[in-house]
Amino acid sequence: MQSLTNRSVVVRKREMSFMEKLYLPAILGGMALTIKHLFKKKVTNKYPEVKRIFAPIYRGVHVLKRDEQGRENCTACGLCAVSCPAEAITMVAAERKQGEENLYREEKYAATYEINMLRCIFCGLCEEACPKDAIYLTDRLIESKYDRKKFIYGKELLVEKIDERIDISKRKKNYTMA
Amino acid sequence: MMDWSIIIEKSILVVVLFGVSLAIAAYSTYAERKIAAFLQDRIGPDRAGPWGLLQPLADGGKMFFKEEIIPNASDKFLFILGPCIFMTTALMTSALIPWGKSMNIGGREISLQVANLNIGILYIFAIVSVGIYGIMIGGWASNNKFALLGAIRASSQMISYELAMGMAIIAILLTSNSLNIRDIVDQQEGFKWNVFYQPLGFLIFIICAFAECNRTPFDLPETETELVGGYHTEYSSMKLGLYLFAEYTNMFISSAVISCLYFGGYHFPGIDSLHLSQNVAALVSVAVLFSKTFFFILFFMWVRWTLPRFRYDQLMRLGWQVLLPLAIVNVLITGAWLTYFK
Ligand code: SF4
Ligand code: SF4
Repeated sequence: MQSLTNRSVVVRKREMSFMEKLYLPAILGGMALTIKHLFKKKVTNKYPEVKRIFAPIYRGVHVLKRDEQGRENCTACGLCAVSCPAEAITMVAAERKQGEENLYREEKYAATYEINMLRCIFCGLCEEACPKDAIYLTDRLIESKYDRKKFIYGKELLVEKIDERIDISKRKKNYTMA
Repeated sequence: MMDWSIIIEKSILVVVLFGVSLAIAAYSTYAERKIAAFLQDRIGPDRAGPWGLLQPLADGGKMFFKEEIIPNASDKFLFILGPCIFMTTALMTSALIPWGKSMNIGGREISLQVANLNIGILYIFAIVSVGIYGIMIGGWASNNKFALLGAIRASSQMISYELAMGMAIIAILLTSNSLNIRDIVDQQEGFKWNVFYQPLGFLIFIICAFAECNRTPFDLPETETELVGGYHTEYSSMKLGLYLFAEYTNMFISSAVISCLYFGGYHFPGIDSLHLSQNVAALVSVAVLFSKTFFFILFFMWVRWTLPRFRYDQLMRLGWQVLLPLAIVNVLITGAWLTYFK
């Protein structure tokens, strides 16, 4: 039969030679190999003290961005929720009232916005779908908790604080590592 | 009148041995995890105490506080008896090992061996064989097919490898003309270690020792991947702890037996030229035996983290078709050599 690729290899079941049947040389070889690892550099990070450096494309907990004037970007269009393969996002939209222009950038905003962090697979599709530059994944981690309900992050956890902006420059297309 | 001092002396020795065996078994678990880690480029447990040195205590404490489960369908009496037998037999053999030269305290000659039986080796073999009952009974009483399979494997494996092991020992007995372990050790004084005269016997013995201790590559009775936990699948809490503990004790004792039978026990070449006083020499000899024993414990672990497990048919073929004939040939060669060249 003609093979479809040129990568196929014919498998041969060869009889073991006498030296191989003795096993002992192979065992000694294996033991020499393992003992060499005793002196190799260890790869362990002592976690709470030493933190691993994340890659710039690391996708962690989401942030809902504000613009320069501190207004929420999200317009509750629901594109992120539609694009989410894990169906982790829900939101309730509301209309911006007179006098709220300093709070929300668009005329419609998300009154509630929830991401279930236990459902989320951190694929980043919500970020790609968003037309308003509103949602980004960051290099922050989810805290461990004892209660499943606490993993549903609402706006109070997702929206960045005005005085504590979250840097998302690493997620932009033209980012280069320093 | 009975000589009370000998009872006191032996009791102290027994208690010390007991403590030392348990401590070494506990720290073997720590050493095992550290060595596993180092051989895999990790650093292993390092949180409990400096370098994780308190880890065995933490593990033991955890074991104590776990829920004690005795399955409804199990035979309760046998279920509890199993780990007891295993642990007891594991601790009993240390009485026969000559741990060092005799000391002299206040004009009394104190031998660092609990019992100097003239059938020492036979006794050790007998006790080790009884230990298998601990596994068999535990696995049977669990009323669980995985446990039963593990127990069956354990018993057939131990019976198969005990034969070859006994044959390897017979060659030693032929050359030493004694069953007494202290005699065998004393005959190896200087550098006349048995391993140089019986290399094949040593190889067979150490392979069988791995099998008897259920260590990889012969850990078929407790293969996690096939049998969940093997014979101790249904065990929890301290009963599981006893099984695991006894296995490490067994490893410690078999390392000591290997050192005694093949590596000169407490003798070390050049120890006499130091001209130490009797008590210091005795302590040095104890240290020598322990360092040999520790080397073998580490060797056991080193092998465990190198080799994969045998398949069951390979295990049986190795035991019956390779090791046993080799051991018999070894006995024949030794016998012929003793008859014609001595
Ligand atoms: S990262 Fe993926 S899974 Fe998580 S919320 Fe966004 S789209 Fe859904
Ligand atoms: S985060 Fe973006 S995509 Fe999602 S609702 Fe808000 S504006 Fe739309």
